[in-house]
Amino acid sequence: MTNKVEDIEREILDLLAKQLPEGTQVSAEMRIARDLGLDSVGIMDFVMDIEDRFDISIPLDLIAELETVADLCTAARDLLKGAR
Amino acid sequence: MMSLFAKFDDVRMALEGFKTLGRDPSNIRFEQILSPTEAVADGHSVLLFGTNNYLGLTFDPACIEASVAALRSLGTGTTGSRVANGTYADHAALERQIAAFYGKSNAMVFTTGYQANLGLISTLAGRDDYLLIDADSHASIYDACKLGTAEVIRFRHNDAEDLARRLRRLDGRPGNRIVVTEGIYSMLGDTAPLREIAAVKRELGAFLIVDEAHSLGVLGERGRGLCEAADVEADVDFVVGTFSKSLGAIGGFAVSDLPGFDVLRVACRPYMFTASLPPAVIASVMAALSRLDADRSLSARVRSNGRRLYDGLVKAGFEVGPEANPIVAIKMPDPATAGLFWNRLVDEGIYLNLAVPPTTPMSLSLLRSSVSAAHTEAQIDHAISVITAIGREFGIPGGNKTRVSEPA
Ligand SMILES: Cc1ncc(COP(=O)(O)O)c(C=O)c1O
Repeated sequence: MTNKVEDIEREILDLLAKQLPEGTQVSAEMRIARDLGLDSVGIMDFVMDIEDRFDISIPLDLIAELETVADLCTAARDLLKGAR
Repeated sequence: MMSLFAKFDDVRMALEGFKTLGRDPSNIRFEQILSPTEAVADGHSVLLFGTNNYLGLTFDPACIEASVAALRSLGTGTTGSRVANGTYADHAALERQIAAFYGKSNAMVFTTGYQANLGLISTLAGRDDYLLIDADSHASIYDACKLGTAEVIRFRHNDAEDLARRLRRLDGRPGNRIVVTEGIYSMLGDTAPLREIAAVKRELGAFLIVDEAHSLGVLGERGRGLCEAADVEADVDFVVGTFSKSLGAIGGFAVSDLPGFDVLRVACRPYMFTASLPPAVIASVMAALSRLDADRSLSARVRSNGRRLYDGLVKAGFEVGPEANPIVAIKMPDPATAGLFWNRLVDEGIYLNLAVPPTTPMSLSLLRSSVSAAHTEAQIDHAISVITAIGREFGIPGGNKTRVSEPA
């Protein structure tokens, strides 16, 4: 598995596209709650998919701080590096 | 300047939307309570099918008499915390009674079940520890996680293998692992796979807390809950529960066999910094618990009543939760239909709970009912026929429906 942020970002965007109605445009700059229309439960469930994809644990307090898809990608990369 | 309340615009709009469908579902008034199963709400005589009054003990004569006697002899309130002037003889006696009921060495009584979860979970899990909670946990469990300092990890609802996977991800890190599940889940009435979860806990080394809020007095031969029914009581380190449902009053508790448990009394802030339960409440809870302990037919009746409602609704073609328990949730196609259906039910004399996202799992819109041991079979059959008749107005059930499936 790769730790490059672009690869992580691509994977996360793919997972996100699967979660959302077909044809929804997704990009790293989008804000998870406001632009993607996911409610708090939806966000937490999506994060569980990412945890399983990368075999990491994203703590609940960190999820609350994530604003954009890019934040999520950075968090995943840091956790993969064992920064937390 | 922005309004302080602007951040709640979404919630406010959602509520306004529901109000346009009829009554305000968050603010229905019960003008009279005639019995554990009958009331007058918004001017309508209603049968109560959404009160969590599982054993129907709210008007039990022994509970009322004990409560009145305590009120007269000890006054209306304790006016203080458990660690100051708020521990009366009967607060301690109730703790001994609960501990004995569970066959455990220690019990702590809290002012609500919400505070029991808040206090126990946030205090047990320290900075280097890990809390692993079911994704569909009650708000009090989530709030406990926020209050505490431990790292919090959610596992997929009722999925012991997923829990094991998430525990294994922590391999090599120091700190205790504390797993939190519930007995019966309050929205769909499904139960935790406790045997599997207990096996994971034993194998991977974790403590286990089970919140029996909706299963005390409902499951198990003696009414102790899912831990008893699943025969895992020896593996469960802490049972949490509430007096506000099956015991018909208010208050919360935690029991445990772990040595040293008592230190929580001087460490747990939601226990220490709030007033203790009034004597009248303690007295009625003691009487209710004695009743439950002495009369096993009560639990048996709420279970058979739950099965009657569940089977009746399944037979009528409704989509319901995955298990026949005293919580029976009927799936609605969307929040607006659920709201309209709920209003029609009140008009026709049936009260149950409207439950919509984001408080529901899988973004479901639900009509959530709960039965009581006090319901007669005739009342249950009447509720089924009213629900079925209103269903016809809405074209629900539609096609060939089955039970609400669990997420894979
Ligand atoms: C699972 C669960 N735990 C705890 C509670 C809190 O109980 P209480 O009403 O005693 O605060 C509830 C009730 O809403 C619940 O459903």
